Amino acid sequence: MEAPGSGSVPTAKRRRLVPRPPPVPLEVAGARGPYMPPLCIKSKNPSLKCYGDRFIPDRSAMDMDMAYFLLTEPKKEKENTDMLSPAEEAYKRLLAEKLLNNRSRILAFRNKPPEPEGIVQQLLYETLTSSQTKPARKCRHIPQSSERTLDAPGIVDDFYLNILDWGCKNVMSIALGNTLYLWNSADGSIMDLVTIDEDDGPITSVSWSCDGQRIAVGLNSSDIQLWDTSSNRMLRTLHGVHQSRVGSLAWNKNILTTGGMDGNIVNNDVRMRSHVVHIYRGHEDEVCGLRWSGSGQQLASGGNDNRVHIWDVSMASSNLSLGHNRWLHRFGDHLAAVKALAWCPFQSNLLASGGGGDDRCIRFWNTHTGLCLNSVDTGSQVCGLLWNKNEKELLSAHGYVQNSLALWKYPSMVKLAELEDHTARVLCLAQSPDGFTVASVAADETLRLWKIFETSEDAKPVFKTVNTGMFNSFSHIR
Amino acid sequence: MASRTASKDIITLRGSAAIVSEFFGYAANSILYNRGVYPEESFTKVKKYGLTMLLTQDEGVKTFIANLNTQLSEWLEAGKLQRIVLVIMSKATSEVLERWNFSIQTDPEVVDKGVIKEKSDKEIMREIQAIMRQVASCITYLPCLDEPCIFDVLAYTDMDVAVPFTWVESDAKLIENPQMVKLHSFDTKIHKVDTLVSYKVDEWDEE
Repeated sequence: MEAPGSGSVPTAKRRRLVPRPPPVPLEVAGARGPYMPPLCIKSKNPSLKCYGDRFIPDRSAMDMDMAYFLLTEPKKEKENTDMLSPAEEAYKRLLAEKLLNNRSRILAFRNKPPEPEGIVQQLLYETLTSSQTKPARKCRHIPQSSERTLDAPGIVDDFYLNILDWGCKNVMSIALGNTLYLWNSADGSIMDLVTIDEDDGPITSVSWSCDGQRIAVGLNSSDIQLWDTSSNRMLRTLHGVHQSRVGSLAWNKNILTTGGMDGNIVNNDVRMRSHVVHIYRGHEDEVCGLRWSGSGQQLASGGNDNRVHIWDVSMASSNLSLGHNRWLHRFGDHLAAVKALAWCPFQSNLLASGGGGDDRCIRFWNTHTGLCLNSVDTGSQVCGLLWNKNEKELLSAHGYVQNSLALWKYPSMVKLAELEDHTARVLCLAQSPDGFTVASVAADETLRLWKIFETSEDAKPVFKTVNTGMFNSFSHIR
Repeated sequence: MASRTASKDIITLRGSAAIVSEFFGYAANSILYNRGVYPEESFTKVKKYGLTMLLTQDEGVKTFIANLNTQLSEWLEAGKLQRIVLVIMSKATSEVLERWNFSIQTDPEVVDKGVIKEKSDKEIMREIQAIMRQVASCITYLPCLDEPCIFDVLAYTDMDVAVPFTWVESDAKLIENPQMVKLHSFDTKIHKVDTLVSYKVDEWDEE
C-alpha cells in the first residue's frame, strides 16, 4: 500500500507528523497527481512553526491542497471510475464489503421482553396525556357490522309507523303486528306485553314515558292504550282522540302527544279524565314524525304533506273552543313525507329532519329563527335520524335505494361510515338510554343493535335494570 | 505501598466487561422507567453510582435483562461486541420511536495480549453517573410517548460470532430521518462506551 509518491518524504519520523490524506479513493482511481504529497509536506511543516502563536483548531489536520484538488478535479475522477480494470473493481467491492456491510451482525433475543400490562399502561397513558398539553384526539372505532341481530317476524312494513322505542329503564319495546314485545337489554329477556285484538290492530306506534314506567301504544283503530310495565297492566285507553290510526307518539312529562292519520296532533294529559288539552291543526295528511325538544318547550312534527311544523308550548292555548293553535314555524322545503326528526342534544334550537323517497335530504333548522341551516342530499329515503349524545355526529337510517345506516359528522356532514347490513329498508331507529347503542329495525324482519356511538374513553354508566317483579309495584300509589 | 495503590486501580478485561454490562442493565432500567414503558409502580429505588437508580420488579423484565447481561459480558470479554441498542417501539404499530445506542470500542491489545490497564473505580463511576443523569434528564426534550410501548435490545457483534441458540438475527430497526442527541461517554480504558439517543422527530415541531 506504500504510495509511490511518498518517496520525496525525507524520513519516516517526519512523515508521522503529518496526517496523510486518505489515499484510498485516489489510489484506486489512479488519479494521484504527482505533486500531491510533496506539496502537503512543504506547505504544512513551516506553517506549524510560523503560526504557533495563534490557536487555529486542527489546521494541521487539514489539507488545503488536497481539498482544492478534490474540489477542482471531480470530473477527472469520475472519468476514471468508468474505466476501472476488473482487478480494481474487485478490490473496490472487497473494500466496500469490508467497510460497510459485513462489519457486524445484529442480534436480538429470541424471547422478547414481556409487554407492559394493558390496564396499567392505559392508566399511565391517561395520566400522561392528561398532564401534557392537549391529548391527541383518538380515532374512534366505528364497528362496520351490527353487534347483535334479533329476529323481528311479522313486522308491518309501513314507512309511516313508529313501532320501536327504547325506554330510559333500558327496555326496548317493539311492535310486531298485533303484539307488543319488551326486550330487556340488560339481561336479554323478552316478554310479550300485549296482543291487540285483530279488529284494533296492528299496533302503529309505541312510546315510552319519560320515567320509563309507562308505555303508550297507538293503534290502527285510533285508540291509544297506556300500559304500566312494572305491573304489566293496562292503565287506561284513550278513545276518540283521532279519527284514524295513530302513527306517532311523543311524551313530554305527563303530556302524551299523539299524531294521527287525520293530520291532527293532540296533547293528552294522561292524569286527567278529559285528557285532551291541546289540538294542533296544521298538517293536511298523516302525521308520521313527532319529537319534543329536550327542554320540552317545542314540538316538531312531520307529516305526509311534506311539511315540518314547530309548535311552541307557550303559544298553545288551552281554550279548545278557539279550535286551533298556530304553529311557530312551518317548513315546506321537503319534497316527501317527513318521518325522521331529531333534536340536537348539544344545541337546543337545532332540529334535523329527513325527507322520504322523493326528497332524500337531511335538513337542519334553527327553530328559533326558522332558518334552514343546511341541506344534504343523501341519495336515499330517510327513515330515521339520531344524534350521538357524546360526539357531534348524526346517524341516519335509509330506505330505498341504499337500505343502510349512515354516520355523519356535524356540521361538516362528512360521511364517516355507511353500514349496510340490512337487506330491506330501515323502518325505525332507537337509541339506548346510555346513548352508545342504536337499534334499527328493518323490513327484512331483523332488529339490529349497533355500538356505533360507543366511545372508548367514556366509562359506561351502569343502568338499573327494570324490575318487573312484585316488589317494584309497591313504590306505586294505586 | 506504591504497588498496592496501583493494584487497586488495575482493571482487567473481565472486570471491565462486568462494569459495562452492569452499566447497561442499569441504563436499560432507567430508560424503561423514565420513558414510561413499564408502569412506575413496578420499579424500586436502589443506590448505585452515587445516585438513586430505579430497578424493575417485574419478573419478566428482570429475567430478560439478567439473561441479556450474561450474554453481553461473554461477548465483551471476547471483545466481540460493537454496539448495544435499546429500541422502544409502539406496541400497536411496532413503529420504532426511540433508539438508545451504546457503541462499544474495545481495546484490541487487551483482548489479544492480555495487557492490564489502570483506571480508578471512582473515576469510572463518576463518568457513568454523568451518563445516568443525562438519561434521566432526557425526558425534557424527547417527544412524549403517548401510546403503549414495548422495547427490544439489539446487539451488534463481530461477524465471526456464533449466534447463540437464544438469539436470532435481526434488522437494525432504524428510524427514518431521526433526531440524534449524543450523551456522555465513559471509558474503562478497555471498553469505551459512547451513548447516543436517536428518536423520531415530533411532527408537532415541524408545523
